[in-house]
Amino acid sequence: MLRKIVNLITSLKLTIICLAAGMALIFAGTLAQVHLGIHEAQQRYFQSFFVWWPPEGRGFKIPIFPGGHLIGAVLLINLIAAHAKRFRWTWRKLGIHLTHAGLIIMLAGGLFTDLFAVESHMRLARGDTKNYSEDMGRTELAVIDTSDNDLDQVTAIPDTVLRHNREIDHSSLPFRIVVRNFYQNSRLKMLSEAGEGARPIANQGPGATIAVEPAPRATGADERDVPSAAIEILPKDGGSLGTWLVSDGLGAPQTFSCGGRTWMITLRPARYYKPYSVTLQKFTHEKYAGTEIPKNFSSKVTLMDSERSVNRDVLIYMNHPLRYRGETFYQAGFQPDDSATILQVVHNPSFIAPYVACVIVAAGLLVQFGFHLVGFSRQRRSAIA
Amino acid sequence: MKRFLPWIILVVAAGSIAANWLPTKPAKDEFDFAKFGKIPVLVGGRVKPLDTVARNSLLIIHGKQELRLEGGPAGAGSAMQWLTDVLFNAPVADKYPVFVVQNAEVLGLFGWEQSDRKYFSFAEFAPFLKQIDEQGAQSDKLEAVQRSAYQSAILNLRNGLALYQRLKNSIQPEDAQNFAAELQAFIKSVPGAAKAARDFEMGEGFDKAKLNDVAELVQRYERLSEMAYVLAVPPLSLPGSSAFAKATADRSPPATAAGDWHSVGDSLLHSIGAGEIHPVVIEYAIIGDAYRANDRSLFNEHLDRMTNWFAKEQPNATRRTSFEFLFNRLEPFTQSMTLYVLAFLLACASWLGWSQALRRSAFYLLLLALAIHTFGLFSRMYLQERPPVTNLYSSAIFIGWGAVIVALILERIFKDGIGAACAGAIGFVTLIIAHHLAGSGDTLEMLQAVLDTNIWLATHVVAITTGYSAMFLAGMLAIIYIVRGVFTRSLNKQTADSLARMTYGVVCFATLFSFVGTVLGGIWADQSWGRFWGWDPKENGAVLIVLWCAITLHARWGGFIRQRGLMIMTIFGNVVTSFSWFGVNMLGVGLHSYGFMQKAFPWLVGFMVSQFALMCVAAMPLERWRSFRTASASSRPERPRFSPAPSTG
Repeated sequence: MLRKIVNLITSLKLTIICLAAGMALIFAGTLAQVHLGIHEAQQRYFQSFFVWWPPEGRGFKIPIFPGGHLIGAVLLINLIAAHAKRFRWTWRKLGIHLTHAGLIIMLAGGLFTDLFAVESHMRLARGDTKNYSEDMGRTELAVIDTSDNDLDQVTAIPDTVLRHNREIDHSSLPFRIVVRNFYQNSRLKMLSEAGEGARPIANQGPGATIAVEPAPRATGADERDVPSAAIEILPKDGGSLGTWLVSDGLGAPQTFSCGGRTWMITLRPARYYKPYSVTLQKFTHEKYAGTEIPKNFSSKVTLMDSERSVNRDVLIYMNHPLRYRGETFYQAGFQPDDSATILQVVHNPSFIAPYVACVIVAAGLLVQFGFHLVGFSRQRRSAIA
Repeated sequence: MKRFLPWIILVVAAGSIAANWLPTKPAKDEFDFAKFGKIPVLVGGRVKPLDTVARNSLLIIHGKQELRLEGGPAGAGSAMQWLTDVLFNAPVADKYPVFVVQNAEVLGLFGWEQSDRKYFSFAEFAPFLKQIDEQGAQSDKLEAVQRSAYQSAILNLRNGLALYQRLKNSIQPEDAQNFAAELQAFIKSVPGAAKAARDFEMGEGFDKAKLNDVAELVQRYERLSEMAYVLAVPPLSLPGSSAFAKATADRSPPATAAGDWHSVGDSLLHSIGAGEIHPVVIEYAIIGDAYRANDRSLFNEHLDRMTNWFAKEQPNATRRTSFEFLFNRLEPFTQSMTLYVLAFLLACASWLGWSQALRRSAFYLLLLALAIHTFGLFSRMYLQERPPVTNLYSSAIFIGWGAVIVALILERIFKDGIGAACAGAIGFVTLIIAHHLAGSGDTLEMLQAVLDTNIWLATHVVAITTGYSAMFLAGMLAIIYIVRGVFTRSLNKQTADSLARMTYGVVCFATLFSFVGTVLGGIWADQSWGRFWGWDPKENGAVLIVLWCAITLHARWGGFIRQRGLMIMTIFGNVVTSFSWFGVNMLGVGLHSYGFMQKAFPWLVGFMVSQFALMCVAAMPLERWRSFRTASASSRPERPRFSPAPSTG
């Protein structure tokens, strides 16, 4: 029995089945991008263990195909197991060993990246200084204690908690927060423009005059969700401070008092704070003469890090990112009127894996096919002779 | 006779091409359109000869690079004649039926019934311009994928008309009569008007008439500057600053070469401050007036002067545009396309009889075709100062080139006409594809900011396209195996084995290049966007090829497939590769979707269906194959098969 299992997981058939399943999955996932958008298709097909049907919200779902993580993992196990079982050192097999070792590094690196890499954005208008970047996919409810003049105390509640927990009770807050409604994506309209029958979901602050309509998830590469929620603030010593509308679509934070302190609440993109700051000096958007074809985008920023006594100007432009303290800043976009730059900030501890893997696999393939070629021309020569 | 046949064929082919290429000297008393076609201008961010502007504009408006008008421009060089009329003699050009409209609904918009006629003149559209603009603007709001045939057609017409109107106002206002005199009057009245304007600002009495004259002209030139499609006026090298200009030019040639070109209108507005008109503007004005007056010697004389001025002031641009003019006239890819077809037919014929002579003829023709193809490819690299592949058009050129080279190497080794047939077929098909991809205008367009990196274009893109080349070559070899095996008796054991070897070797080659190219693409993405892999459709397409190669090779190593299985899988490789090359672009999503081609969709589907059909044919029992039916009856009892698998992974 054990032997059968070992034979199965080390078999070449399994390799071929995995590769073929991978092809089918990638093909389907690529076509699905037309309707789902790259992000959603990626989550459903590639960054999952199974592809489910129907996708969401029908009360039941069944797995219909292995997802990217499952196929990748089985392939990885298959590769490692096959080599562990059959490994014998000969020069003739050098190419194969190298190729497969490189592939193992690549697959493992890919899995590692999926698990640990963090992508975020930093949007800077000219003169702006920021010491945080923002996640484009996740939001947080920030509750800020502003009573201290020098230091704001921020309690951030991730959207995953908001979505699932009806009530939030945190020791640093003198009140409980009850989530009344939560919309992953929404459209905000002034009540006067929303038409008949529209009712606000909040009774405090600007939310009392705004109607919130749920909207389908954003699919385009440039679109993003506007999450909104109605939350009720319940002081721990009893009573209620009313229901408030918090939304990524609202501008400034809203203020209220509780427990003798002043609080601000806002629903905003999740933030990653950094031990250094970045200031935008200048954003340049060059075009080819007489056309609208962009020639170059560049951001001149000042990097300030008091811990490491760094204070220098850096130019970030296409294909020339800034790498600093494990993070990389790329010129990713800009405000349509060129008033602000958007930098993509990536933290990826395993970014080196594909570089190493590529070199090893390429060397392996060269050696392997080189052997074939030499063997082939010898055969021919002897055939002709 | 047989011995000399290859040489005779080669000499005849080379001779007929050379005859095509001989420049035709214009008669002395004719307008020298060829010379005019070499004048450099800046359009689309690139300095190019007027000839290129004429050809690309016609391609957009007319669908072809040449005209055949009765009583108007026709044949070779007709593009420049047409452009000269558009630039200088708009009322005549307005009557040329050049705008191609084939959509019945678009014609119905104007109350016209569809007939044999598909070309219309600007004058005919003139009453409907507003309507066309509105309809075009509506479909412009849609993504290319969502547009109906009517919406695409009306948008094309609108863009063509807009381009035409801008062209008419590029060098002079379209209604200009005696433009040179107008300019003289303008520059003379500028100082007086400037004084009047100062007086007016100071609140003193001023000469209103003087100010009004100039103000009218200024408005006229502002309009001209807004309309201009062509930036015709090069920067003047200022004395003393040339060292600086040179220093910056060395660092980034395209940037400075394109730096300070202006439209005629712009230049005239600048001349108010400078107090004099740019010499090129004056020459253009005189040339235009001479053209309208049908004064050929004056036209040619001032054209000479302008040419000399450019040769002295803009030597780099002049050299490049002269070369590009030559490149346009030689049409290397059209020439080699013809040769590839001939070579393919000769190679196929060689399997039927007279084999050595025909095979060698095909081989020599292919070498000639490859030489011309190579000249074209390298010319484009010189003109663009880029690695060979920068857009879909150039990828087709390069894929053909790469496949032809590998196929010729195979032919040199195996000497059985198979490599030659593959080279001819792939060379021809890829160049045909390139020809149809050129419809959107300039194929040497400037690159988007993110692509502006020669290192990655030279490595990632070249490796990927070389992988495509090898995939198609392997697929072609497999097709030859199937077709010869099933439909003819010419596939004997020796041929079958060498075909299998070739196919296997080329698949290995494809695996190596596809893999390296894909990973290099990932590394480029990591360098410029911070992620190695983003599941972008084009990336997925590339990895599909790598996976399919891996499956094919492992299946063969594992002994799951033999000769025929390898062939069937390799033909499916054609399907995968065509999906990766074209199919993913039609999805209209992702960072690589740089060219949506609705028209290509049926062709792509047709190609895929044909490949599936071939796979089905190949799956027929071997007893039904003509080659093996006879073989099994007589000499060859065993099925074609590989020697034992060399190794397993």
